[in-house]
Amino acid sequence: MAEYETFTHDVLVIGSGGAGLRAAIEASAAGVSVGMVCKCLLGKAHTVMAEGGIAAALANVDDRDNWQVHFADTMRGGQYVNNWRMAELHAKEAPARVRELEAWGAVFDRTEDGRILQRNFGGHKYPRLAHVGDRTGLEMIRTLQDTGVHRGIDVHMEICILTLLKDGNRIAGAFGYDRERGRFKLFRAKAIVLATGGIGKAYKITSNSWDCTGDGHALAYHAGAELIDMEFIQFHPTGMVWPPSVRGMLVTEGVRGEGGILTNNEGKRFMFDAIPDNYRAQTADNAEEGWRYCTGDKNARRPPELLTRDHVARCIVREIKEGRGTPHGGVYLDISWIKEKISNAEEHIKRKLPSMYHQFKALGDIDITKEPMEVGPTTHYIMGGVHVDPDTEMSRVPGLFAAGECAAGINGANRLGGNSLSDLLVFGKRAGEFAARYARDNSLGEVDNRQIDTAVAAALRPFEHETGENPYAVQRDLQELMQHNVGIVRNEQEMQTASEELRKLWDRAGHVGVIGNRDFNPGWHTALDLKSLLTISEAITKAAIERKESRGAQFREDLPNKDEKFSKVNTLVAKAADGSMQVRLEPLPEMPDYLKRVIEEMK
Amino acid sequence: MNAVFKIWRGDANGGEFRDYAIEVSEGMVVLDAVHDIQRTQANDLACRWNCKAGKCGSCSAEVNGMPKLMCMTRLSDLPMDKPVRIEPMKAFPIMKDIITDVSWNFRVKKKIKPFKPRPPDAADGTWRMKQQDIDRIEEFRKCIECFLCQDVCHVLRDHRKHDEFIGPRFLVHVAALEMHPLDTEDRIEELRKAQGIGYCNITKCCTKVCPEEIHITDNAIIPLKERVVDRFFDPFGWIWRGLKRRLDRTATANAAAARKV
Ligand SMILES: Cc1cc2nc3c(=O)[nH]c(=O)nc-3n(C[C@H](O)[C@H](O)[C@H](O)COP(=O)(O)OP(=O)(O)OC[C@H]3O[C@@H](n4cnc5c(N)ncnc54)[C@H](O)[C@@H]3O)c2cc1C
Ligand code: SF4
Ligand code: SF4
Ligand code: FES
Repeated sequence: MAEYETFTHDVLVIGSGGAGLRAAIEASAAGVSVGMVCKCLLGKAHTVMAEGGIAAALANVDDRDNWQVHFADTMRGGQYVNNWRMAELHAKEAPARVRELEAWGAVFDRTEDGRILQRNFGGHKYPRLAHVGDRTGLEMIRTLQDTGVHRGIDVHMEICILTLLKDGNRIAGAFGYDRERGRFKLFRAKAIVLATGGIGKAYKITSNSWDCTGDGHALAYHAGAELIDMEFIQFHPTGMVWPPSVRGMLVTEGVRGEGGILTNNEGKRFMFDAIPDNYRAQTADNAEEGWRYCTGDKNARRPPELLTRDHVARCIVREIKEGRGTPHGGVYLDISWIKEKISNAEEHIKRKLPSMYHQFKALGDIDITKEPMEVGPTTHYIMGGVHVDPDTEMSRVPGLFAAGECAAGINGANRLGGNSLSDLLVFGKRAGEFAARYARDNSLGEVDNRQIDTAVAAALRPFEHETGENPYAVQRDLQELMQHNVGIVRNEQEMQTASEELRKLWDRAGHVGVIGNRDFNPGWHTALDLKSLLTISEAITKAAIERKESRGAQFREDLPNKDEKFSKVNTLVAKAADGSMQVRLEPLPEMPDYLKRVIEEMK
Repeated sequence: MNAVFKIWRGDANGGEFRDYAIEVSEGMVVLDAVHDIQRTQANDLACRWNCKAGKCGSCSAEVNGMPKLMCMTRLSDLPMDKPVRIEPMKAFPIMKDIITDVSWNFRVKKKIKPFKPRPPDAADGTWRMKQQDIDRIEEFRKCIECFLCQDVCHVLRDHRKHDEFIGPRFLVHVAALEMHPLDTEDRIEELRKAQGIGYCNITKCCTKVCPEEIHITDNAIIPLKERVVDRFFDPFGWIWRGLKRRLDRTATANAAAARKV
């Protein structure tokens, strides 16, 4: 029998980013006992890196804004394969969730009349993002963390969950290890909320942190939940490309919002030649108008640099592929040119984009007020995730809930900037509320020791072959494979190759070896994360092959157009009885008429 | 170019510096070197990191004796003809290799009285604040909780007063709460007693290492010290403040009433 320590909570939240913290606070307010586990330290989850802001139709800056406009923007951005109910709840409830943060001590930048200031962002019709300079994620996570610790939540830091335990159909607990000593821990719980964030580490170039290995996606899948929309991965158009050590680090969309332009090595603003027909009416066709938009002229149309992220990313890839890239394989992003337009350009840039200025100065020896940056696409966000009920966030597995980046539905084929932070708050709260309700209505499930023994044996296997392959080598090969074969530009053949290669990688992952002991051993941790990385890579690949068209974030060069057949379906991945991964097309729920009218009116 | 890194390996029971030679390239930071060594020579070398962008405050360690974020320390800023020394912070118990057990910080924070806002200013439950009234605390709220200031403060590092002094990080936290325009809680008495602000003798070492360039001593600690002095050692001021508070309250009530009309 394996040795482990046992904890019991009514609700267990896995993840301490925005979604996890918000869920834990809500569950605790409902009067049940709450535990929270995370791989990192409290307050350091990926949410801390968010820059631009939280989207909510507060209408503080432009009083024409309301939930209907936000809803329509979100659906248009997602190419209408979003779950309409989630998009509706999100648009309606986001303002209250943002105000609540203020009541808990968050300090947002202000309007002249002392209210929460909001800024413009791609795809949002009106200025909608509540923000604090370019460190909104820090403000959000710190506020939630400081509120949460006074609400009697038991926080277990630096614990990695390896598997979910079930009692028959329903959830019974979670099993994992502490990073410090490698001791096993059992968490019994009546309900579990997954809030484990994204999957960026499946790719070589990413803006995500080390713990974004898709654990929640994989845990849910192996526990019998369904994943939807896994093919939709957002490649942010502007990541740093040089020096190599910072490749992938995010360059906020705010740079383009302030007037930054994209050029190739011939000095040409290539985005002007690549405006899609359906956006032509709302996009500037000359530099002058684009600049006026950036200075707040409400009659000007947006510059083509601010077209949707998927489109801009693909245009950049094309420039590079066709030999018009920069020396380090990117394109130029220039904000310094605005000195032609305003006299105090240098101070202006430093004030509006303080951390970008600092980031390039400190890490790239570039002064962005004087010279252009080199940028290229970076893996940023996954729209796909655990398929949940839109109102309660419960998955198909009774007692298992999911919220935040690891859940899916709200974003459809492409997420608008700022809609993630609001998603964490809206659906984090709902998941906490309904998990607490589930916990009150149900007793603890029984834990099956065989499930634990299997998990322990799998976790310790890498120690049995000390001479086995280095886990970092497998991880690196996986990242290369996904980057090249299931990246920004896809085709059937490369993805089929990826499927075969993934099978080999599964095999190699089963034979990795680690040195040293179980005390804080990153080699071992990397070996254990491979299961999640491989699971989600397989799901992404399968879903991308199944969607035989290009839409939103998925671009297939072999099928470059949208196909009506796929306009009303999600891809759905689930584990079959024989343990194999199955993918099928699932019809979208029918949108009610009152929402159809909203969309019509906003067209 | 080849370079040598002297990294402390061990745990609470002891350890030693070990040398690792690797090839380094343009633009690398110390964390890249540690990762490279971890990947190729020492899979079990423990190090903490998350964002690799100076935003999460996880990767704190001492580089050539200086408390630093490893992800923001460029090799090109270090003398590379000598080995680069990397070791754990000294103010906290060692966990393994270059990481320490920083859980004391989380326990300290939990004891600080939380934010308590005044009633909302507007009927819809929201408040009004001027940008200039929050500029001051926005500086404090930039803190990424890297705990480098705690590491360098002699009260904790050398005198181990962890039970009596909350350290610069949490003085910044208290300052952010105390100077929050909406907050109504009173933390001055604890500052003097349980939180030990008197231990700080304004050496400013904390300010020097803060990666967020927060003016910890000048903007947070000194104003808090002034509040403590005012409260406890100035009876005249004490009476005046009691009176003023009453006046302020009437003024706020009047203003709120005016807004409702
Ligand atoms: C640089 C950057 C800037 C961004 N800017 C914005 C922005 O301006 N606006 C916006 O809306 N969005 C933005 N995003 C996206 C947004 O930040 C993320 O989508 C969001 O923060 C995800 O939050 P989360 O709560 O779902 O998960 P995360 O914050 O990623 O937290 C995941 C948590 O789960 C834990 N965890 C994971 N696996 C396990 C396991 N097996 N066991 C235990 N714990 C586990 C982790 O330790 C962590 O605590 C940005 C993203 C990046 C990278
Ligand atoms: S100024 Fe005070 S808090 Fe800062 S290091 Fe010196 S003694 Fe410590
Ligand atoms: S005040 Fe500065 S040095 Fe101290 S923890 Fe915060 S960011 Fe780090
Ligand atoms: S890794 Fe986040 S601050 Fe260094």
